[in-house]
Amino acid sequence: MTTSTPRAWWKTGVGLVLTGLMLFPVYWMINVSFTRDQDMRASPPHLFPTNGTLDGYRAVLDQQLPYLGTSFLVGLGTVALTVALAAPAGYALAKLRPPGGPALSFLLLIAQMIPGIIMAMGFYAIYLTLGVLNTLPGLILADTTLAVPFAVLIFTAFMSGIPEELLQAAVVDGASRLRTFWSVVLPVSRNSIVTVSLFAFLWSWSDFIFASTLAGGGDHQPITLGIYHYIGNNNQQWNAIMATAVVASIPAAALLILAQRYVSMGVTAGAVKD
Amino acid sequence: MPSTTETSTAVRDQGGAATAAPPGPPPSRARRPSRWWAWGFLAPVTIYLAAFYAYPLYRNVELSLREYTVRSFVQGGAPFAGLDNYRTVLTDPAFGPTLTHTVVFTATSLAFQFTIGMALALFFHQHFPLSRTLRALILVPWLLPLIVSASTWSWLLNSDSGLVNAALGVVGIDPVNWLTSPGWSLTSVIIANVWIGIPFNLVVLYSGLQAIPTEMYEASALDGATGWQRFWGITFPLLRPVSLITLLLGLIYTLKVFDIIWIMTKGGPTGSSATLATWSYRLGFGNLLPEFGPGAAIGNLLIVLALIAGLVYIRIERRQQLR
Repeated sequence: MTTSTPRAWWKTGVGLVLTGLMLFPVYWMINVSFTRDQDMRASPPHLFPTNGTLDGYRAVLDQQLPYLGTSFLVGLGTVALTVALAAPAGYALAKLRPPGGPALSFLLLIAQMIPGIIMAMGFYAIYLTLGVLNTLPGLILADTTLAVPFAVLIFTAFMSGIPEELLQAAVVDGASRLRTFWSVVLPVSRNSIVTVSLFAFLWSWSDFIFASTLAGGGDHQPITLGIYHYIGNNNQQWNAIMATAVVASIPAAALLILAQRYVSMGVTAGAVKD
Repeated sequence: MPSTTETSTAVRDQGGAATAAPPGPPPSRARRPSRWWAWGFLAPVTIYLAAFYAYPLYRNVELSLREYTVRSFVQGGAPFAGLDNYRTVLTDPAFGPTLTHTVVFTATSLAFQFTIGMALALFFHQHFPLSRTLRALILVPWLLPLIVSASTWSWLLNSDSGLVNAALGVVGIDPVNWLTSPGWSLTSVIIANVWIGIPFNLVVLYSGLQAIPTEMYEASALDGATGWQRFWGITFPLLRPVSLITLLLGLIYTLKVFDIIWIMTKGGPTGSSATLATWSYRLGFGNLLPEFGPGAAIGNLLIVLALIAGLVYIRIERRQQLR
């Protein structure tokens, strides 16, 4: 489709403008994160951070590192648990076709439609009884519910693309099903593991509802709560708030840069996001 | 598989992925009896579903049917209350307005997300230099944590120092109290939610456009059809199934929206931007004295709405796959 070049470039111009409009709030977040306190309420607002300051980012380093650390740990835990639960299930549904498999897929599909607030209230009641409110494992477990159904669906889709001959060959060599899964299926499914891990990390990193209900009163609070407390407490220091927001956006940016081709796959494959 | 995401089969493949109906077994090996052992691989996720989906849902139903106080919430022994909590919620003067807000929020968000997403998808379908990169960049709002988007919009819409009011001032329009006046708060959260939802609509509709064979356009171009005629004659009818799926998924996700509203307005001022989701949260967690019973009751009403939409979605998906 490389037709008449001038016209195509004209469209690129329009595309740039449209993208710029869509991304303007993101630019504004970055701009405000560098704005000095005394310029914050300037009228009209400064469109560029002339006389920029790093105060906001200094505040992040001073106050937000524990939150970021918690989010990072919770993210890793969510990824590990999600892949461990979903990869075998995807393999079974794609390749072993057990009786009742379609019913399980159906349940998974329904599961991702349940509003987060309902899950949060149920988890809260259970965690209170078990005494695991405000613990890291508790938050990790709850966050996996954001990713597991999606992960099983992705693994099923990817793994049904693995050629039967490859699996047959392993069986002929005398490998058990478990061994086939571990040394044949998992290695060739690297792409799907990457996709699932990235999304699981991003969703647990972005989670607010479980964090605020299940971890809101503890020592281990994730970055979403860090920002939330900021907004609630010192709503004058918007450069600090926006600097934290910029830092909290890094995983999303990294996902887009490192794994662009997996992202649209993830969006369209029964895309889930609260 | 990943390399095919950009190809014309994307939507069909993804549709298969979404319902995850495993492709039927090859006829030669069909109906092999002993496949129950495969449940060994499914056992972890099955136990997980029971413990972390079914059980919280059950607890939620139980919460809504009992008369809980803070004390009985911790120690147990709350008396059975039947449908009292539901009655409390349904007769609450806030129920009507909140339901209306939920419907307005959902319908308006969907209408704008879909229309703008469709326009952008049609535009990016033309394949110009940089179109891939720009299309990827537009995904950013969808990937950002909701707290980031919500707080950025809060500052953009700030009454005194927000850029939106400054821009309106340039055109000579008086500042609007976007987040703090009951007349505008719902509009404000809808604006933010539309912004977040556009990329999803763009991506799904774009992959739907990819699935339309180019020959159809070439044929109609030979017949001398204008661009507008091509859209209504070819694109629109062929895109109908994908559009329906996009709207239904959008409906399910929009009904669930909680974070954006809670962070921007907490459902206020005076409940003017409250939806079923934020009301449920407010009752359960937003006050000093939690009212878990009514909160859970609203949650269960919400889930019924979401499940109805979900079942319609699944029916349509299935029917399209049969075709």
